[in-house]
Amino acid sequence: MRYILPLVAFLVLSAFLYLGLNLNPHEVPSPLIGKPAPAFSLPQLQQPELQFSAQEMRGKVWLLNVWASWCVSCREEHPILVELARQNIVPVYGLDYKDKAEDGKNWLEQHGDPYVLSAADREGRVGIDYGVYGVPETYVIDKQGIIQYKQIGPVTPQVLNQKILPLVAELNRK
Amino acid sequence: MIPEIGNFCIIIALLLAFVQGVLPILGAARSNSVLMGIARPMAVGQFVFVAIAFFCLERSLLTNDFSVLYVAEHSNSELPGQYKFAALWGGHEGSLLLWTFILTIWTIMVAQFSKHLPQEMVARVIGVMGLISVGFLLFMLFTSNPFERLLPAAVEGRDLNPLLQDPGLVIHPPMLYFGYVGTSVAFAFAIAALLGGRMDATWARWSRPWTTMAWVFLTFGVGLGSWWAYYELGWGGWWFWDPVENASFMPWLVTTALIHSLAVTEKRGAYKSWTVLLAISAFSLSLLGTFLVRSGVLTSVHSFATDPARGIFILAFLVIVIGSSLLLFAWRAPKIGLGGKFNIISRESMLLSNNLMLSVAAASVFLGTLYPLFVDALGLGKISVGVPYFNAVFVPLMVPMVLMMGLGPIARWKQASVPDMWVRIRWALGCSVLIAILLPLVMGKWTPMISLGFLLAFWVITTVVMDMGKRLSGREGGLGVRLKSQSRSYYGMQLAHIGVGVFIIGVTMVKGYEAERDVRMDVEDTVQAGGYEFRFDGVRQQTGPNYSASQGRVTVSKDGKVITQMFPEKRVYNASGMPMTEAAIKPGLSGDLYVSLGEPIPNSNGAWSVRIYIKPFVDWIWAGCLLMGLGGILAVSDRRYRVLSRKTKVEAGDSPAGEPALVMEGKTP
Repeated sequence: MRYILPLVAFLVLSAFLYLGLNLNPHEVPSPLIGKPAPAFSLPQLQQPELQFSAQEMRGKVWLLNVWASWCVSCREEHPILVELARQNIVPVYGLDYKDKAEDGKNWLEQHGDPYVLSAADREGRVGIDYGVYGVPETYVIDKQGIIQYKQIGPVTPQVLNQKILPLVAELNRK
Repeated sequence: MIPEIGNFCIIIALLLAFVQGVLPILGAARSNSVLMGIARPMAVGQFVFVAIAFFCLERSLLTNDFSVLYVAEHSNSELPGQYKFAALWGGHEGSLLLWTFILTIWTIMVAQFSKHLPQEMVARVIGVMGLISVGFLLFMLFTSNPFERLLPAAVEGRDLNPLLQDPGLVIHPPMLYFGYVGTSVAFAFAIAALLGGRMDATWARWSRPWTTMAWVFLTFGVGLGSWWAYYELGWGGWWFWDPVENASFMPWLVTTALIHSLAVTEKRGAYKSWTVLLAISAFSLSLLGTFLVRSGVLTSVHSFATDPARGIFILAFLVIVIGSSLLLFAWRAPKIGLGGKFNIISRESMLLSNNLMLSVAAASVFLGTLYPLFVDALGLGKISVGVPYFNAVFVPLMVPMVLMMGLGPIARWKQASVPDMWVRIRWALGCSVLIAILLPLVMGKWTPMISLGFLLAFWVITTVVMDMGKRLSGREGGLGVRLKSQSRSYYGMQLAHIGVGVFIIGVTMVKGYEAERDVRMDVEDTVQAGGYEFRFDGVRQQTGPNYSASQGRVTVSKDGKVITQMFPEKRVYNASGMPMTEAAIKPGLSGDLYVSLGEPIPNSNGAWSVRIYIKPFVDWIWAGCLLMGLGGILAVSDRRYRVLSRKTKVEAGDSPAGEPALVMEGKTP
């Protein structure tokens, strides 16, 4: 009998590991959720003479997508964003994070530009305010300018359809 | 083209591994020597193809082929050559390839050095290793292919994580992997023995040198990892109880228990089923370590990107490998029997308690590492288990173990007499108590913990010295003869034990006497710490191959005399924009000076926050690890392993299982 114990203990452990797979230890509840989106004013990527500030977006539900030309995972989510922009459900604004303007523009030319506009955060200062710790990241911000959701890592069709779009619909109704 | 060749080689290796895993084991069950004979050629073939795949990926890295996804994600054209090479194990897919490559190396080593073993045994061992390889190759092909293309190709790579751009990374992971994978040999021997149902001293003897070798690699690997964390993370610590560190430490603890328990099984035939269970556990923990690091179940500074498909695959693989071996254990172990009897005061009982304490220590580290997961899975919230838990649990377990360590080697097998042992240890005990009381006074600060640390360290060292002194004294022959009369495995054991003593001295000194200053320094400011004076001379800009750095200069003097200048850096890597702290360290036998730059102070005239540490005897920690590892190497090089193989070769035929037992006995007291 006692020789079976190691097996039993291991099976219990496996069950926990299985449960653990469906949990996300990185899903640290972001301290910014439920808080106002940090204000910023940055030059636009395509028209650097114009500024873009988060305050302009009051009264609208919008997405802020942090991207960069040097980010490989951004390519993964990019077609999804392009498709989303085409459907015109929710405006997507970009934050071109720690990137050279030339590289950023070329990248959008090559892969398509889903953004209403992109703000150029060359030094990454705004990124710090938003607690960006990996590119890409996507924020859902409501009409009052409150951050309602933060996606760390690429937006997948699953995340988009199950989390982001229902949330956007709900926020728009309010 | 090159990446496709690599990919193709992995597929061929998979087919060979499959044949290697199935036919020889089948052959062993049916006593079919043709099928069993397939084992060795398949092992060699698999090695060749995995090696080609390895070099294909290296070539892609070295030639900056950014059309390969892995290269684009982990390398950069500005990356210095040695790091391009090491980038192969800087990410998930490449690490797996390295893992598999090392597994095939161990397999051909076993194939090569097992000529004296019975054919069924060899067939089963190589077969089991083949099955493990099948799992890893499938994993690579289905979820983590290092040769995946990125089309259109990236213009530039994303660069290797700057934390890993360090000479330590070039050797630390391969060393650790050699250890991890090496436990698969002990595991394969245990499974082969369970399959064959023949569980005697010979089995333990055969698997001993392999286990010790794996342990040596693990020791070096864990030690190097700790050293790397010390100088690269810039916090001056040498062990953080991080899940990934724990993942390497648990197999080390269990393998340490295993090499001791194998000794008992070989010499006395005692607690066999326990030994088998340890062999299974050691490898299971190595696999689990891989799982924890790769699956993203736990957070860690070392974690790689997470992907649920990978997690499921590794978990399924774990369940199959570990589950089936434990099932086999539950089925076969009851027939093994318990082996020789022994008295409560004997070397066996000492080694058994050492085994228990090491296993409990491993279990407590395991619990601490996985506790956040358990709590989260039960929906009780997100927590993390910190250093205080580990220190509180680990230290009390290690104290009796170290005390036992001094007694074990001098106790007799089967039954030891207490008065006899008392005579042998009283001097050692007296000396170490005296040192433990006096040394802290000399150092200038006395606390019970410091004193306890010294007691343990000098207890280990003095018992070793006393025992060697007793064995080497005597009248017959010269000292040279008497030195030679002891086996290398005896010296190996004693050296490794001294290593533990040296390690404890390092830990005690650092914990007890380190000094730390975290200060704002203007240019020309000075700070006193540990009897040294540190003057901050300011910061200037430097350009490295793939980074730009703010390099500080700190002049250190003692009693008005300049000793050295130190150059801590704050680097920003071009490709990733990641900042990195490069501490400046002046190492020394009696301690390190450690300076690292914090942040520039805004609105000041070139002021920075600067961290200064004085780390007395910190290098003894790694010197201890080095001695332990060297002890292991010395033990593996023992004559008896070679004599045995040569002798059986000569006697092949009339000594079926290779059992000239007299070579083994007589060497031990």
